[in-house]
Parts: sequence; structure tokens; C-alpha cells
Amino acid sequence: MGLKQNLHNLKEKYKGTKMAPAFNAIHTFLYLPNETTHGGTHIKAADDLKRTMNIVIMSLVPCLIFGMFNAGYQHNAAVNGFTEGMSFFSGDFWNMSNFLIGLFKILPLVIVSYVVGLAVEIIFAIIKGHEVEEGYLVTGMLVPLIVPIDLPLWMLTVAVVFGVVIGKEVFGGTGMNILNPALTIRAFLFFAYPTWMSGDKVWVEGARELAGTADAISGETVLGTLAQSQPVTHSVSDMFFGFIPGSVGETSTLLILLAGLFLIFTKIGSWRIMLSAVIGALVMGFIFNQVVGLGWIGETSKFYGLMSLDFWKHLLIGGFAFGAIYMATDPVSASQTNKGKWIYGFFIGFISIMIRVFNPAYPEGVMLAILLMNVFAPTIDHYVVQGNVKRRLKRAKVKTA
Amino acid sequence: MSKDIRIKKGLDIKLVGDAEQITTELSLGSLFAIKPSDFHGVIPKILAKEGTEVKAGQALFYSKSDERILFSSPVSGKITEIVRGARRKVLAFKITADAQQEYKDFGKKDIDAMSSEEVKTHLLASGCWPFVKQRPYDVIANPNQTPKSIFVSAYASAPLATDYDYALKGKEAELQAALTALTKLTEGKVHVSVAKDSMLSPFKEMKGVDLHNVSGPHPVGNVSTQIAQISPINKGEVVWVVTPQDLVVIGELLLTGKFNAKRTIALAGSKFSKPQYVTALAGANIAELVKGNLEADNARVISGNVLSGAQVGEEGYLGYYENMVTAIPEGNDYELFGWNKPVFNKVSTSRAFTFSWLNPKKKYDLNTNTNGEHRAFVVTGSYEEVFPLDIFPMQLLKACKYQDLDEMEGLGAYEIAPEDFAITEFICVSKQPHQKIIREGLDLMREELG
Repeated sequence: MGLKQNLHNLKEKYKGTKMAPAFNAIHTFLYLPNETTHGGTHIKAADDLKRTMNIVIMSLVPCLIFGMFNAGYQHNAAVNGFTEGMSFFSGDFWNMSNFLIGLFKILPLVIVSYVVGLAVEIIFAIIKGHEVEEGYLVTGMLVPLIVPIDLPLWMLTVAVVFGVVIGKEVFGGTGMNILNPALTIRAFLFFAYPTWMSGDKVWVEGARELAGTADAISGETVLGTLAQSQPVTHSVSDMFFGFIPGSVGETSTLLILLAGLFLIFTKIGSWRIMLSAVIGALVMGFIFNQVVGLGWIGETSKFYGLMSLDFWKHLLIGGFAFGAIYMATDPVSASQTNKGKWIYGFFIGFISIMIRVFNPAYPEGVMLAILLMNVFAPTIDHYVVQGNVKRRLKRAKVKTA
Repeated sequence: MSKDIRIKKGLDIKLVGDAEQITTELSLGSLFAIKPSDFHGVIPKILAKEGTEVKAGQALFYSKSDERILFSSPVSGKITEIVRGARRKVLAFKITADAQQEYKDFGKKDIDAMSSEEVKTHLLASGCWPFVKQRPYDVIANPNQTPKSIFVSAYASAPLATDYDYALKGKEAELQAALTALTKLTEGKVHVSVAKDSMLSPFKEMKGVDLHNVSGPHPVGNVSTQIAQISPINKGEVVWVVTPQDLVVIGELLLTGKFNAKRTIALAGSKFSKPQYVTALAGANIAELVKGNLEADNARVISGNVLSGAQVGEEGYLGYYENMVTAIPEGNDYELFGWNKPVFNKVSTSRAFTFSWLNPKKKYDLNTNTNGEHRAFVVTGSYEEVFPLDIFPMQLLKACKYQDLDEMEGLGAYEIAPEDFAITEFICVSKQPHQKIIREGLDLMREELG
């Protein structure tokens, strides 16, 4: 009797019991279920929600691995002074020392995120007697990628519990939530522990411990530097390739872009949202550039640094690319209609850059823009759908007249 | 006069086991069953009790809602059993056929001379009325209403579907007779749609109808798709729908006075050793139809096509409206890491390590595995890619689930039948039962709005 048969027997044994969802979660992880169709279509397409989620996770793996190398690199670079002109093929970046520093800091984040989040999901599945749905598979990978590297694990634990329970389960679980769960977790961290989520001491491994000592290092992000209208020390290519301080997996615009193309190709991610978010950001950035160009904002203004940044550079810094590709496109919290997706994405891009420039406390706006548009997504859909309804009503009048 | 209709959205699912164009004349067979459940929404009132001898064309029961709507026996023989289920619901009339068939004589008709009312009365009296279905609600037409127009789809685009050009060969006279009669029932037109590349369609020569050439992927052959393109249904309007094989029965009735529900049906699917056409009567025993042809181990036998047919099994009976029997393998086995490894032997519209997009002409041997478990709606935008009507499929499904009648009405529920949601159900990542949701939604609307 093989594993397959043993698991099948166990499934039959525990059918209908409280523990069945927990067991099924493990069982279906190993084996595609033996369920057949009853009524309706007798055949089904190949993909299920697990496969869909798995594609997103796969697209995140390069960001995760790059994040590990970059974490070590940022640490070493900060301690030893910056080496300029890092290239994507440089041995100074892809070395074991960099990787190990990152691995030992980031792996615990990943493990805590998954263990805590899945535990909450399984508990809810058992209480409510439904299956463990796959939503957290992606959320669990997104969360460690969008937090600062030095985040204490207990904070992450609290935030994940909050995000999964309040952000998702209270609405009925996967598919029912209003806000993006990963961003809910991040927003909780941001508002509950602000000193651990922004400033110049959280983005580089060890910066906080060294603060105040003779070896103190500065790990300001590009956005932070710009918000203070300081000159940026990083080159555009560093920003594009991702050799800059920032949240764990958000820095490499190149890898995120490739992942975005992969998601579009596999038809898992919405190209409409991604494209319109980029357009929205460019439009807002362009407007700010014009405002500066017209001389309405002087160099003394606190907004000058970010407003005068070339509009296209907004796409390369901060969490914009990551947010546009992975967060805005979450199908549950985004607009569901195709026309709605254009509007939804555009406003995410537009508002991201607006908040980024005007937010006095925290020079990043993607998270808040997406959460804001999550709330408006049903309204956008409502009007798009009403357009269809009205068209139908009008047709009826024409005919009967 | 013909017009071209082309749709782009949809999905052709290519399966192995296309019926070869050979027809075997089967002997009549001895066992038949007429299931009132084939006639959705009809509450049967029994006319022929157990033990009665009936002729072919003699009514077995009528509809509680309108006693003029009669349902006829396709064979002459003895009613051996009326099978009842819970709360004495009538499940089936089982008939043992006579060796020598006797037909009830309804009289030959001069179609051109018949009035609209005469046609209607004749169809009702002979048990042919159930062949006329209506939109909205996809139920048997209400004889008290007058339809805006009548639609016939002479192109079946579902996987492995019967080739009407082949199955209807030689039936031109019957078709013309039936179409002429139908034109009297509507103030509008009778629209017939044929496949654009069809050379042999008997409908190309028909008089008195509007002919449309349709092309594109499935569900272009679904009559709702064609209605939406030709003359969409608005609130308060009714259109009627008749399938080509049923037209033949109506036509034969008018020309000869006999109710003869014999049709050429396709036996298709990978579980048939020789997929081909056979002749059969409605309600025929499946075992008698497939004898010697079916590889019975682990096969699912479906009366109808793989998207919207009913699972009947070998011991079941051919549905009243069906013109094909499909047999495909059951997929009741586990597959190690089936959710993440690359897939080459299944169909998908996504490219999530599923490779059917690389080879659009390849034929697949799909089984009945669900390829995943039932989940909440998560993915958006995928149904719209395969749904050709100007309707928001997911929003309409949700409206049906939360039973908001106004919203269902506004979103176009009058224009659809459950079968239109077969292709969205096929691709649904969350494995939701779309056709069931729509059927229940339509039933609710019919109950509440009439």
C-alpha cells in the first residue's frame, strides 16, 4: 500500500470530522484530489486556485533571493562604505557572505509569516468547517518581502494574526475580503510600530544596533533622501537593478518587471491594472514636474526634492513597482470588471505618487493608495456594471417605441 | 439572404473520439423511459397509468400549469412501471416496446393552408409542443404568448457535438414543413443559423426563413449567442427556440401524421471503441444503444455533450431532447503534485504551466476529474475571455447566488440559458457550478416574476 492509498484511507476515516479541513490541506498539497464532476460540465480545465497561487509564488522567488543578497550587500556596503557602480553580474554582490547575512535575517521572516498565517487559517477552517483556501499561500510570501529587514519577529507575528483575522477571516475568508491582506498586515505594522517601519535605521541590517556608536551607519532609502531634498547617491542603474536599501523584496525593479511580464504571460496577473498604474504614476509625476518647471514650488519647499524628481524615476524607487505588479493586481480586492481595472489601476498610480510627495511623515504612498482604491473598487465596478444595465434598458425602450 | 455573424470570444475544446460519419441502424430496442425531469419546470399530471398499452404519439402526461401541453410516448408498448421518488414525485415512465410499432394518427396537414392557431393546436395535441422552448428561462414555451421571433441553431459547436449537416441529410422535406409551420407562430421572423464553412447544410435551401452564417469558437452554436447577435431579448419579450432534430419530428408529423421521435444520434468520446452515429428514439435504453461499442470500465456515459449533458450511466436512458451520447473516462484518481507540475494533457485558457495554448489543434482525452476543489470566486477577468454575450458573467452569477431579482434582470438574465455558462464553468479556477447557479436563478425569477 503506497502513500496514496494510506492518505486516501485516512481521508475517508476523518471525513466529516472537525479535523478534516486540516488533513485535507496537507493531502491536497501532495495530491490533486480524486474528486469528479457531478452535474454541470463533466470536464474541467486544468488549473485550480492552488496552481494560480503557485504561479504568483514562483514569480516572487527571484525577488526573495535577490532580497537576500541585497540585504547582505547593503549591510556590508554600509559598514565598509559604499562601493559605487555595482553591476548585475558583479561577484561583489552575488557572494556567499552577502547571501548568508540575508538568509539568516529573511528566512525567519518567511517562516514566521507562513507558520503564523497558516495556523490562523487552519484554525478558522476547523471552526467554520470549510476547506483551507489558498489565499494565504501568496500573502505569506508577499509579507516578508514588503517589510524592513530588521523587523522583530514578534511584531510580524502580531501583524499577521491581525491581518488574517481582521483583514480576511471576518469577511468570510479567501475571496471575500475587501482589503488586500498583505497590505493590511503591512499597514498594521506601519501604524502600530512606526519607528520600525520608516526612517533611516530600519532598511539596512544592523543599522539600529549601531546607531549612536562610532560605527553608526546610515541606511536611508532613496525616497527618504529625496523627501529631505538631499542629493541622491544612488545611480539610476542601481535603482533599476535594485542595489539600494529598501524593503526586503521591493528594490529590484528589473526582477519585478520580469515577474510582471511572467504573470501577464501566464494570464494570472491583470495587465490592465499593471499598465494603468504605471500610466497613472507617470501622469502624476509629470504634473509635479510641470509644477516645478513653472516655478510654483521653490527649492526651499519641503516638497521640492520629490516633486522635481524626473517623473519616470518614480517607477524605479520605493515600493511602486512591487505594489503595482503584486498588490494592485490582487483579484479579490481589485476591481473585477475590465473597464474598472483601467480606472482602478490608474488611480493607484496617480494617488501613489501624490501621497509619496505630500505625506509629511513617510515618503511612500503605494500602500496607502492601494488600500484606498481597494475600498473604492466595488464602487468603480458598480458604475461599470450600471453602464451595462443602462445600455440594456435603453435598447428595450428603442424597440418598444 | 444570409448574414455573417462572427464571434471572437469563446473556447473550442477539442476531444478525442469524434463520431465517424457512419450510421448504424439499430433495431428498436425493448426498454424505454420518459423522464419528466427532462422537461425543466414541468409538474407532470399522469394520463397513462401503469399497465396501459400506448401507441407512439399517445400522451403519457401533461403539464400541471397548462393541460394542453402533452408529453407523448415515443414508442408503442406497455407502461410497465411509473417510477416514483421522494414525495411521490414521478421520476420516469418505463415502457416496454411492442415488436410491431403502432402510431397514433394525427392526420396529414396542408401546411400552407393552416392558420397560426391551427398549427399551435396541432403541435399541442400531438405532443410536439415540448420541442418548442422559450427564452427567457429556458423552459417549454408558453402557448399563450406570441414570440418576437423563433430561432433555430443548426450548428452544434460543443465538444464532439453531432454534425447536423450529416445527421439531417435527407430530411429536407420535413425541415421545410416544420419551418413553414413555425413561421406562422410568430409575427417576427424565423432565424436559422448555420456554420459558415458548412457546405452541405440542408438549411441553405430553406424558404421563408432568415439564414445566418455563424463562425467562431464555441459557444457560437449556442442559440443564446446567436440571439444576442441577431436580435437580443429585452425585458418583456419572448423568443422561441427549436433544435433541428426536433424540427424533423415536427415536420414528419405534419407530412405523415405520425409522431416519430427517431433521430440520428452521435456516439462520441474516447470510451467508445468505434465512435459513430446510430439511429435511436428518445428515451431509448443506453445499454441497447452502446452494446458492443463501449469500454465500460471506469467510463462515464453522458446523455448529451460533455458540457451540459446529464450523467446517465449504461443503465440509463437517452434524454428526450438529446442527439448524442458521450462516453469519457472517469477521473477518480489522485495525481501526485497535480496542482503544480507542468500539464500537457489537459486544456486550459491560462498559461500557468499548462501548455494547451502551444498546440491549439491537438485533441485531448479529458476525464471527469475536477482538477481542484471548490473555492470562493477569486480570479477575475477569465470568464469574460470566453463569454461572447454583452453580459458580466461573474456579476450575474453572484446576483443569482444572492438572489437579487432586480440585478439579475438588469444584468441580462432574460437572455441566457444555463448552457451558456458551460464554458465559464469549464474554465472556472474556483470550480463553481455555474450552470446550476444560473438554473436556480432563472427558476427563482420565473417563480417571482412569471
